[in-house]
Amino acid sequence: MRFSRSSKSVFGLLTAGVLLVIYAPLAVVLVNSFNSNRNMIWPPPGFTTDWWVSAFHSNGLWEAVGTSVIVALASTAIALTLGTLVAMALSRYRFFGRSTVNLLVVLPIALPGIVTGIALNNGFRTILGLQLTLGTVIVAHATFCIVTVFNNVMARLSRVSPNLVDASSDLGAGLWTTFRLVTFPQLRSALMAGGLLAFGLSFDEIIVTTFTAGSGVTTLPIWILNNMFRPGQAPVVNVIAVVLVVISSVPIYLAQRLSGDDADNAKG
Amino acid sequence: MARAGSDFRTSFAHRISSLLFNRAKLRLGLLLAAPITWLVLIYVFALVALLVTAFWTVDSFTGAVHMEWSLNNIQTVLTSSLYRAVTLRTVGIACLVTIADLILAFPIAFFMAKIAGPRSRRLLVIAILMPLWASYLVKAYAWRAVLSHDGLLQWLLAPIGGQTPGYGLTAVILTQGYLWLPYVILPIFTGLEKVQNSLLEASSDLGAKNWQTIRRVVLPLLVPSIVAASIFSFSLTLGDYITVNIVGGASQMLGNLVYTNVGAANNLPMAAAVALIPVILMFGYLAAVRRTGALESL
Repeated sequence: MRFSRSSKSVFGLLTAGVLLVIYAPLAVVLVNSFNSNRNMIWPPPGFTTDWWVSAFHSNGLWEAVGTSVIVALASTAIALTLGTLVAMALSRYRFFGRSTVNLLVVLPIALPGIVTGIALNNGFRTILGLQLTLGTVIVAHATFCIVTVFNNVMARLSRVSPNLVDASSDLGAGLWTTFRLVTFPQLRSALMAGGLLAFGLSFDEIIVTTFTAGSGVTTLPIWILNNMFRPGQAPVVNVIAVVLVVISSVPIYLAQRLSGDDADNAKG
Repeated sequence: MARAGSDFRTSFAHRISSLLFNRAKLRLGLLLAAPITWLVLIYVFALVALLVTAFWTVDSFTGAVHMEWSLNNIQTVLTSSLYRAVTLRTVGIACLVTIADLILAFPIAFFMAKIAGPRSRRLLVIAILMPLWASYLVKAYAWRAVLSHDGLLQWLLAPIGGQTPGYGLTAVILTQGYLWLPYVILPIFTGLEKVQNSLLEASSDLGAKNWQTIRRVVLPLLVPSIVAASIFSFSLTLGDYITVNIVGGASQMLGNLVYTNVGAANNLPMAAAVALIPVILMFGYLAAVRRTGALESL
């Protein structure tokens, strides 16, 4: 299919238009974080750094960040372990029920968040009689984070030759030694990418979190939601929003670099 | 002595290794044991329990859940005009959002996969991915600012005689369309990357115009990716109640009904019954599209 100059530029313009729509609202939030008007009227009548200062001094905010980091780290650790195991099983073996296992991994993210949320809420509270705590949030997050690790590891394992594992066994290495010296180094950057995505997913999650967090547990998204409609706090939410966009771009950039290297290695 | 101990240990590890080496099924079982236990014990169990709970009742005085079978909740969900209206509204919004996103996603995915050079392709992938991982709340909140009566959209549209739709269903569709767009672009982009250029060239060598090639070669090959993309936007819309809270004004979607039944009404069985609607819709959709191979491209 050959593209004339004009059809190329039509596609190019459409792409630019979509990108503009994607970034314009984020730019509005950035500008509003300096908007001197409390109700964030557009265009801003003047600029101030007050909101940035009060965000920095907000204790509740910092506590929420701490909670979110703990939840994200713990659920990422669980997801890394379980996701790697299930990906190794599915990529190396053909067995009865394989596609069911695949579906099971995808399901927590494929089903609407509210379903996962209320199912776990009901499971913890009504069926198991547990109190909702930080632990229940971690368990819930780990469950839907498995899929990001799984996807990355599956993609990697489909590209590396299974002969290396056989060669390692032929040379007398045990299964653990083979995993440690052959499989794991091949997976390292895929695990990094999957782990970063899992961390981001957990850090940002709000729907499942509201259903599984105890009353004292405030993750950052819950804090944002609680403060969004308070007139005094809304400008501060803009500041957090900007910081979050900037911070979240770092792991994405890294994850993309890592999987990009992957594609280059596969070609090379 | 130490030597003997380490000998024993290596030989023990060696025996386990060779035992496992000859037993593929055992190895598979060991790999799957932990993840399957986790997913089944926590997730499948919770889903089944949700189904069961929908048939239980709540003591209206104490708020305690009674484990007595009753079809009342299901009956209410099926017959009440409120639930019917909200279900139809939610499905309608999900369809509109999905269609709008597919239309917006195709040109940009096509540009990325088939027109852009490798360098700008990579930059575009990053440009699409970055806002995907920017906080969901932040993006919904950004649209709250854009759509407000003193916001950017009003400022842009006022000179040409238009005005912002304000907070309501239109705002919900716009915001959700925005929120899920990257989820729709990425599977379509991946699908387009797999479509071989030689097929496109063959089509044009045989005299097809670009539009015909897209319609008769590209789109049929892209069906699994389109379905995979629609699973994302559909499921995300069905389960979302926070966007509605932020930009929807007073309108309600299915998620809001689940949320109020859990929170304010403290009626978990009723909430479970309502939550079954999106579950049944999604399973129906997944079952219907299973044969397209879309599940493998998720």
